[in-house]
Amino acid sequence: MKDFINKNKDNLITYGIVIIAYIVLELLMSLGLISSLMTGLLVPLCAYIILAVSLNITVGILGELSLGHAGFMCVGAFTSAFFSKCTVNVITVEWIRFTIAILIGFLCAGVIGFLIGMPVLRLKGDYLAIVTLAFGEIIKNVMNVLYIGRDSKGFHFSTKDAVALGLEESGEIIVNGAQGITGTPKSSNFTVGVVLILITLFIVLNLIKSRDGRAVMAIRDNVIAAESVGINITKYKLLAFSISAALAGVAGVLYSHNLSSLMATPKNFGYNMSIMILVFVVLGGIGNIRGSIISAVILTLLPELLRGLSNLRMLIYAIVLIAMMLFSWSPKAKDFRDKTVATLLFWKKDNTVKGGSDNGSN
Amino acid sequence: MAATNPVLEVTNLSISFGGLRAVDDFSVTINEGELYGLIGPNGAGKTTAFNLLTGVYKPNEGIIRLCGEDITGRSTIDINKAGIARTFQNIRLFKDLSVLDNVKAGLHNIYTYSTMSSILRLPKYYKVEKEMTAKAMELLKVFDLDSSASLKASQLPYGKQRKLEIARALATNPKLLLLDEPAAGMNPNETKELMDTISFIRKEFKMTILLIEHDMKLVSGICERLTVLNFGRILAEGSTSEVLNNPDVITAYLGE
Ligand SMILES: Nc1ncnc2c1ncn2[C@@H]1O[C@H](COP(=O)(O)OP(=O)(O)O)[C@@H](O)[C@H]1O
Ligand SMILES: [Mg+2]
Repeated sequence: MKDFINKNKDNLITYGIVIIAYIVLELLMSLGLISSLMTGLLVPLCAYIILAVSLNITVGILGELSLGHAGFMCVGAFTSAFFSKCTVNVITVEWIRFTIAILIGFLCAGVIGFLIGMPVLRLKGDYLAIVTLAFGEIIKNVMNVLYIGRDSKGFHFSTKDAVALGLEESGEIIVNGAQGITGTPKSSNFTVGVVLILITLFIVLNLIKSRDGRAVMAIRDNVIAAESVGINITKYKLLAFSISAALAGVAGVLYSHNLSSLMATPKNFGYNMSIMILVFVVLGGIGNIRGSIISAVILTLLPELLRGLSNLRMLIYAIVLIAMMLFSWSPKAKDFRDKTVATLLFWKKDNTVKGGSDNGSN
Repeated sequence: MAATNPVLEVTNLSISFGGLRAVDDFSVTINEGELYGLIGPNGAGKTTAFNLLTGVYKPNEGIIRLCGEDITGRSTIDINKAGIARTFQNIRLFKDLSVLDNVKAGLHNIYTYSTMSSILRLPKYYKVEKEMTAKAMELLKVFDLDSSASLKASQLPYGKQRKLEIARALATNPKLLLLDEPAAGMNPNETKELMDTISFIRKEFKMTILLIEHDMKLVSGICERLTVLNFGRILAEGSTSEVLNNPDVITAYLGE
C-alpha cells in the first residue's frame, strides 16, 4: 500500500516538472531572453511531447511496435483543421471551437487506430509495425490528392484537382490537394500546448496505474499467462492502441492550429517523423513516460541551441544521443534514477531494506 | 467418501500433433475438494492434458465438463471465467509487474470498474482498488509473499516465483486449480514447504486441485487418487497405494 501512495507521488513529480518548465520558459520569454526561433519551436515541441508520450503507450506499455505514429497525428491535424476552417465564422468563440476541434482530432485518430488495430492486433508477431508503416505513408499520400470544397449546395469532393470540384463562384476550396489547408485559425499557443500535455499525462498515467493498465502490461509481459487469468487480450490491446492513436491526433490538432498553411509532407507526417518520435521514446526509456518528455525536449531544442557552433553541432548532438542512451538504459543509471526519485519521496530506507532482506532469505 | 459432486468430468479426450497422439483417450473424474495427482514420465502428455483442459488446444475428441457444464472447445479466457485456473511448468509471471500487481491481475474479472473511473479517478476507482489490494495481500500472506509485495516479480527467488503463480491462479477464484509441476526446480526443503502449502490451500479454500508431478514419491504423500499417463495413454488409475504398487507403473518408471 506504501507503493500505491508512492506511485501517485511519482506521477506528481512528472506533472511538477512540466509546470515548472512552463513557468521558467514563460519568465524567460517575458524577459526577452529567448530567441524568436526558439519561441517558434515551443508549440511543435509540445506536440512532439504528446506524440512521444502517446507512442510510449503502444511501445512501452503494450509492447507492440508502431512505425506510423505520425499518420495518426496527420489524421488529427487535417480533420480538426478542416473543422476549424469550416466553422470559423459559425462558432465565433475561439476556445469553444478549438475544444471541439481537439475532440474531433482525438476521436477521428482514435477511430482510425481502432479500425487498423482490430484486424492486426489479433495476429501474433510484428504485423502492427508493418501495417502502421504502410498506413502512415498512405494517409500522407491521400492528403496530397484530396480536394474538398464548399459552396451553397454543400461539400464537394475530388481526388483529381480543384477544378474538378465544380464549385460555384462563391464557393471556397477548403482542402486543396498538395497545398493542404490554408488559413486555419491559429488557436494554438504555448500555454494551450502545456495544458494539452498535462491532460495527456493525466490520461496516460492514470490509465497505466489502473485495472486496465495492469491488464495491458500483463499482456505485454506474458500473453499466455494473461489469457489464463481471463484477461481479454484483443480488447485491451485495442484499448491501448486506440488511446495511443487518439492522443497522437490531439498532437496533430495542436500542430495544425499553429500553422497558417498545413501540408502533408514527408517531413511533418511521414516516415521520418514517425521514426523521430520512436527515437524519443527509445532514448527516454521504453515504458518511461517522464523519459519520453525529457528526450523530446532535449532532442528538439538541442539542434537550435547548438546552431552557433556549426562545426561541432552534429558531434555534440551525437554525444548527447549516446549519453542519453546510457542514462536511460544502463542498469546502474536506472538504479541511480530510482534512488534519486526514492530520496525525493523520502522512502528510500523502507524500500532498500525490503529488497535486501528478500534476496538474503534465499 | 459419500455422494460427492464431480467438479471435473473428462471423457475420452484426445489430441494428435501430426502423427503423434500426445493425449489419447484420457478420462478422469475429480470430486469436490479432492487433491488428484496426474503423474507420468517426461513427455507422457501431462502438460498437453492441461492445455486441453484450459482451451490452449482444442481436443480432436472428447468432452470436458466443469461442475456439469460442457466447456469443451471454449477459449482459455472463457474457461478461466467458468472456473479453471492453472500454473505453468515453465513459470509465466508478469515479470515487470510488482508481486502485488501480478495477483491483482489475477483479480481482473473479480473486481471491476470502468475505464472512465480510472482515467477520471472517480471514487469507485479508489474503493475497488483498495479492495483489490486488500484481497491480493491476503492471498500473498498465505504464501508468505506479503513482505515482497512491492518487488518486481522477476526479482523474486525461483521458489517464491512458483508460489506467486499459484497465488495469481487462486486470485481468479477458480473451482478447479491445475498445478503443473509446482515443485520443479525446488530443493527438498522448498518442496516440503510447498506441499504443505498446497494441503493448506486445499483445506483453507476448499479447493479442488489437479496436480501434475513428475516425481511420484512426492505425490504419494498428499494425493488420495492418481492417474498415471504414459505415451499419452492412461497406464493406471485409482487410489494412490494401489497405483504405486501396480507392476506396469513400476516398470514404466524404472524403464525411464
Ligand atoms: N504443440 C505441440 N506440437 C507438437 N508436439 C507437441 C506439442 N505439445 C506437446 N507435444 C508433444 O506431446 C508430447 C507430450 O508432451 P507434454 O504434454 O509436454 O509432456 P509432459 O508434460 O508429460 O512431460 C511430447 O512428445 C511433446 O513433444
Ligand atoms: Mg510437462
